[in-house]
Amino acid sequence: MNEQLDAMKLSNAQIAWRAAQDIEDGAYVNLGIGFPEMIAKFQPEGRDVIYHTENGVLGFGEAPPEGEEDWDLINAGKKAITLKPGSAFFHHADSFAMVRGGHLDLAVLGAYQVAETGDLANWSTGKGGVPAVGGAMDLVHGARRVAVITDHVTKKGEPKLLERCTMPLTGVGCVTRVYTSLAVIDIQDGHFVLREKRPQMTFDALQAVTGAKLHVDGEVADLVVPDL
Amino acid sequence: MDKSVSSLAAAVAGIDDGATVMIGGFGGSGAPIELIHALIDAGPKHLTVVNNNAGNGHVGLAALIEQGQVDKLICSFPRSADPRVFTELYLAGKIELEIVPQGTLAERIRAGGAGIPAFYTPTSYGTELAEGKPVAEFDGRSYVQERWLKADVALIKAELGDPLGNLTYRMAARNFNPLMAMAATKTIAQVSRIVPAGGIDPEMVVTPGIFVDSVVEVTDPRQEEALNREGAVYP
Repeated sequence: MNEQLDAMKLSNAQIAWRAAQDIEDGAYVNLGIGFPEMIAKFQPEGRDVIYHTENGVLGFGEAPPEGEEDWDLINAGKKAITLKPGSAFFHHADSFAMVRGGHLDLAVLGAYQVAETGDLANWSTGKGGVPAVGGAMDLVHGARRVAVITDHVTKKGEPKLLERCTMPLTGVGCVTRVYTSLAVIDIQDGHFVLREKRPQMTFDALQAVTGAKLHVDGEVADLVVPDL
Repeated sequence: MDKSVSSLAAAVAGIDDGATVMIGGFGGSGAPIELIHALIDAGPKHLTVVNNNAGNGHVGLAALIEQGQVDKLICSFPRSADPRVFTELYLAGKIELEIVPQGTLAERIRAGGAGIPAFYTPTSYGTELAEGKPVAEFDGRSYVQERWLKADVALIKAELGDPLGNLTYRMAARNFNPLMAMAATKTIAQVSRIVPAGGIDPEMVVTPGIFVDSVVEVTDPRQEEALNREGAVYP
């Protein structure tokens, strides 16, 4: 069963590609550290997207070639970046005013768990160790759309989309759309609403690996992504 | 008026045991490595340190922690490429940690500098980091009350400084530095160059000198990232 499921799944790059298709021209976007950063690579041609990083840069570009890093010019993941024409620097209070103040069009984050209520758990497994939250709890508030990209299930095959999160919450009722390895799902009025699913997969098979009821509201499109 | 100080040692003199010290920077960018090392040499203990992180490797903030000078750390993200110094002390129960969401940390510092004792934010509502804090509803949404954060001393890093304490910053090294400059009783800035009064265009000043007490020139500041790649250890 797991092998069959794995064969249908999108790779992380393909999930990132799918999420990138929904970022409109002119959008101000924050991509969370790690997996979400990959989305920038798949930005469709002809669209201008302005990326925000919490540590005080708007309008940054790709990583510089190795050896040409300037360590005063990094992103929230502490990786070296470059500037695009028209970029801006600002301090941390202004940076989070952009976040909480509703000035970003989109924030994309990773997830341990997402609930049908829009609750997100992505900062702590709750198992001890050193707690670290960074900007995660701020980023879930204020952006017009808060999207999650994630595998549909855990490495053990357990659902990550649930009725209620069991891990410590990052935010309550904050996620608006989830891009998974098997589906694209909106969160509306406390429900998961299925928008796209892998064409090889039946609705029932998808429901079986989802920890809360999937609702259908209109057509469910095929989730088809290029080989990457 | 001349706020310039001739040496790093003179700049950090008078920081007492038990002081609360804000240290600027986000990871290595904007971290006043030379001022932190001067603080290690000066040796005050039982410090409470406010920083976004918890140090990386064995230089800068990590070195200050490794020397046993820090009792408590207030930060958002105590992880880094090499967080072993903090992690080992924390797991051994030898250092206290207050985790604050990054935007809340920035706003608490700003509020401290701006004379605002508390404010409400959506951040952390409904999470374990809001436990015990007052909650209120405004226009149908719930918010968490957070209190200002102030310090005895701020150690910050800037690019240009003048004798009046006016400062500019370099790229993303700005981050927490202008906020911390406002929130401390005494703000000490290391700058890459001290220029005469009038040497900074007033339109370009980011931190006005009223927030700054001492300026010390460090002409070729080291970067934490570069030091760690060399395997540097301080002292």
